[in-house]
Amino acid sequence: MALTPPDDATLTTTGLPLSGPSSTADRVLLIACGALAHEILALKQQNHWSHLDLQCLPANLHLWPDRIPAAVEQAVAAHRAAYDQIFIVYADCGTGGLLQAKCAELGVQMVEGPHCYSFFEGNAAFAAKAEDEFTAFYLTDFLVRQFDAFVWRPMGLDRHPELRDIYFGNYTKLVYQAQTNDPALDAKAANCAARLNLAYERRFTGYGDLATALTQVAAARAAP
Amino acid sequence: MADDEIILADLSDDELVLQMHDDLYDGLKEEIEDGVNILIGRGWTPYDVLTKALVAGMTIVGNDFRDGILFVPEVLLSANAMKSGMFILKPLLVETGAPRMGKMVIGTVKGDIHDIGKNLVAMMMEGAGFEVLDLGINNSVEKYLDALEAEKPDILGMSALLTTTMPYMKVVIDTMKEKGLRDDYIVLVGGAPLNEEFGRAIGADAYCRDAAVAVETAKAWVARKHNQLSA
Repeated sequence: MALTPPDDATLTTTGLPLSGPSSTADRVLLIACGALAHEILALKQQNHWSHLDLQCLPANLHLWPDRIPAAVEQAVAAHRAAYDQIFIVYADCGTGGLLQAKCAELGVQMVEGPHCYSFFEGNAAFAAKAEDEFTAFYLTDFLVRQFDAFVWRPMGLDRHPELRDIYFGNYTKLVYQAQTNDPALDAKAANCAARLNLAYERRFTGYGDLATALTQVAAARAAP
Repeated sequence: MADDEIILADLSDDELVLQMHDDLYDGLKEEIEDGVNILIGRGWTPYDVLTKALVAGMTIVGNDFRDGILFVPEVLLSANAMKSGMFILKPLLVETGAPRMGKMVIGTVKGDIHDIGKNLVAMMMEGAGFEVLDLGINNSVEKYLDALEAEKPDILGMSALLTTTMPYMKVVIDTMKEKGLRDDYIVLVGGAPLNEEFGRAIGADAYCRDAAVAVETAKAWVARKHNQLSA
């Protein structure tokens, strides 16, 4: 049965509670960022990964990356006894290596890469572009939908639009990394670029290395 | 005119300084400019205006940022207000002289365009009496080394906001080591994804969590360096 994620505002502030089956034998728990809920559920459905359960932490932890390792540790501790395997669906995400260190300490694996912009594009491809594209500001499907909650309001641009160029004056373009083909999101992303006074580029990435990583996790413990 | 509007020129010196702390906290640029001009007009030295009105006010802002009471947008507005006050004071400070704490070269590393924290550090270092050469963003190792050679500062400050760019700080420090320059400078690093462990691992002298910590760390290291030289 397909699981419908909650609305994006809930994923931002609350996350997605675990709704796995009562028996957790031979199952894998994915502890993920709320910003990835739609994508992970889509991949689960596409690939019939019924043995993967999902819990999402609030996406807005990204506003305080130093809180991510502790939140992940708490979630792992809460479910460790019930699951044979737990996989962390976060990249480094601004933790400066602290999440990787925490995962190593907990004995769990995580997604490779510096952040979701990188793994959606493919870590190797993203790194190859780094020299030419470091003046790009990236948005994903989730971030386009949640632009005001993640960018506009936390940066105070709703109250102080005069700060825009202090934040974004060194950027040259907004790249919308599209996970899905959605003309409405494309239009919204273009509008985000205009609000930030940046050039706009849409780039379809699909699920990139997220799909690769989850495919490996799913295959390592194939569905019973 | 509203009944409760405060006329800055009517306040005593002490009241005005406290009002300027409030205005700085609220990011009121024009009020800060007015306050600076009033104090100068009353015969205050530019150095006293800088330290007692601006730096002291910005220290309150820094403390409340550290304690989670103020957030980045508010700090930026305060910084803008302080910057406008310093713009008035800078030429006057040159004319009248002020204690010099030391010299710093600062810049954001290669591949990184983020400069909000770096700019804040540069401004607070200037406010604390350091001469600051700001190299801006996206600095290669060559650019850092050229500036060190030309400016002979006490301190090199490097900033990065991205996990992907922060390792470049090690490239700069390793190059300084290769050229036998590392011990000639105090190297301070900062930026959101950094931490003390990273600072130690790459061979920096200190990681600075925020602008206030950067100033205190710089003062302590410069004093230590001077003590070593005079020993």
